[in-house]
Amino acid sequence: MDTVKYKEVKPKSLRGFALSAQDKRELWWRIPLHIVLIMGAGLMLLPFIWMFATSFKPSPEIVAWPPTFIPQKPTLENYGKVFELMPFGRYFLNSLVITLICMVTICLTSSLAGYIFGIFRFPGRNILFIIVLATAIVPFETYMIPLYLLMKELNAIDTYQGLMAPYFIMSFGIFFMRQNYIAFLPEELLDAARIDGAGEWKIYWQIVIPLSSSALAALAIYAFISVWGAFIWPLLITNSSDLKTVELGLAGFQTAYTVEYGPLMAGSVICLLPILVIFIVLRRQIIESVAMTGMK
Amino acid sequence: MVGSSLQRQKLLFVFIGLAPILLVYGFTRIWPILRTFSLSLYDSDLVKPEAKFIGFQNYTDLLSDDSFKTAFINTTLFAIGTVVASLFLGLGLALILTQFIRRSGVYQLIYFLPFVMPIVPVSIVWRWIYDPTYGLLNFVLSWFGIAKQAFLLYPETGLWAIVAMNVWKVVGYNMVILIVGIRNIPFLYSEAAAIDGAGRWSILRYITVPLLKPVILFVLVITTIGAYNVFTSVYVMTQSTTASGNAIKILVGEIVDNGFRYSKMGYASSQAVILFVVVMLLTLIQFRFVRSDT
Repeated sequence: MDTVKYKEVKPKSLRGFALSAQDKRELWWRIPLHIVLIMGAGLMLLPFIWMFATSFKPSPEIVAWPPTFIPQKPTLENYGKVFELMPFGRYFLNSLVITLICMVTICLTSSLAGYIFGIFRFPGRNILFIIVLATAIVPFETYMIPLYLLMKELNAIDTYQGLMAPYFIMSFGIFFMRQNYIAFLPEELLDAARIDGAGEWKIYWQIVIPLSSSALAALAIYAFISVWGAFIWPLLITNSSDLKTVELGLAGFQTAYTVEYGPLMAGSVICLLPILVIFIVLRRQIIESVAMTGMK
Repeated sequence: MVGSSLQRQKLLFVFIGLAPILLVYGFTRIWPILRTFSLSLYDSDLVKPEAKFIGFQNYTDLLSDDSFKTAFINTTLFAIGTVVASLFLGLGLALILTQFIRRSGVYQLIYFLPFVMPIVPVSIVWRWIYDPTYGLLNFVLSWFGIAKQAFLLYPETGLWAIVAMNVWKVVGYNMVILIVGIRNIPFLYSEAAAIDGAGRWSILRYITVPLLKPVILFVLVITTIGAYNVFTSVYVMTQSTTASGNAIKILVGEIVDNGFRYSKMGYASSQAVILFVVVMLLTLIQFRFVRSDT
């Protein structure tokens, strides 16, 4: 059993040297593990592959039995159709604008509030922060009715403001940025800037924000993903087609044309695409920031 | 003199910076939460949500509301199914990827991918996979001679079909959190056990998994809370042109139906309070057993 210990404490640089007897033995049962993992990975990717495949099939092929995996006559007609059957461009633009505005707002409010809660001492600080923290765990679904009533009282039903209202401030973001500032912001630097005569806002914009850019980037990704995927609030707050997001358009389209899976899949692909691009480009950071914070 | 003016400047910054944020937060978060509780004590009509104070009438009504009972049971089953499956699969994956496989980055990426994807397109493609006539799953089952099934048509099978989708979606998240948990276990312990003659399996069984308990509990609670809030996947996968309501009753679906379809905002709020209590209890369990790191 000593071999286990040896193998584990062996420094990384030595690993590539030669396969020990242990390594050789492990290789044999590693192969079945890899097979299982690859099959699992295939299962994880299958719905996406199926979505892409269906979106490029002409309508007779979509309902072909047995189904084909690779489109026999690949076509882009579904992508054209989805824009004809509904104002999909408008929906996409709505989603994009709403998501970007909310993302920027979340980053600003989170960093400002996180900075203030983390670095400054002022009366009532702890109690205010505890309130923010305690309300962070309350799921949106429990208070959406009064929020809807509030929007009604403010005449914000079916408006962009109303649609974006719950996404301006993210309690998790405040908490996340606060932790970041407590851990990484050198207070001497701020004091030095103060002695040089810099005002508090100047310090915030020119020192604090640039110093926390990587945390802000992680938060921005998280905010983008969560606002882009939002469904229940847009469903409740919007009535007119002009305000619909991609998600609402797709879900509504489904009831209207249940059998038209071609355009529906094309629309789904378009809806996934921004997140997929973000994920592929920033895959490491996304997994790391989730791992770091347990954000959900 | 200079010190006090600096102090004043700081306080001014705190006030100007924080006041608008807290104001918006108060209006869009704290006030609605409080009003959920008060609203649950009222009988609403179409015009006025707080039309008539009825005390705990809404809550006693809940007890005899079959639709709510079904929704509560369904949601609980959904949560149990999702949690059990995604926890075991996530733990298995995390252990395999940390203990037995050296370069696990690509696997992690692939298994994590569904978690970040927006729920609506994902639900749509799963609905297509579950399609009773042309669905991919029915095609696969036909290899084994199983006749075509309408998975989503009946609540009994539909619920588990959506559980399967949800497990697919969250398993990668559980895996990533558990992997971090495993990597945070000091190497010292397993090394000491190995010196004492423990094999790989006993190290897993007696060192890694027990030390992972707080992380497992965290994953358990987070997944359960998420599962209790399920709505979009059920809505997208079961709404149809013919049926008026959702085939599968779930808690948030009931809240939406009562509050927005039947304008019983007060009654819906009492259901929201039940959801709140469930989530609070789960969170308390977690705080009770896990020492907080913050």
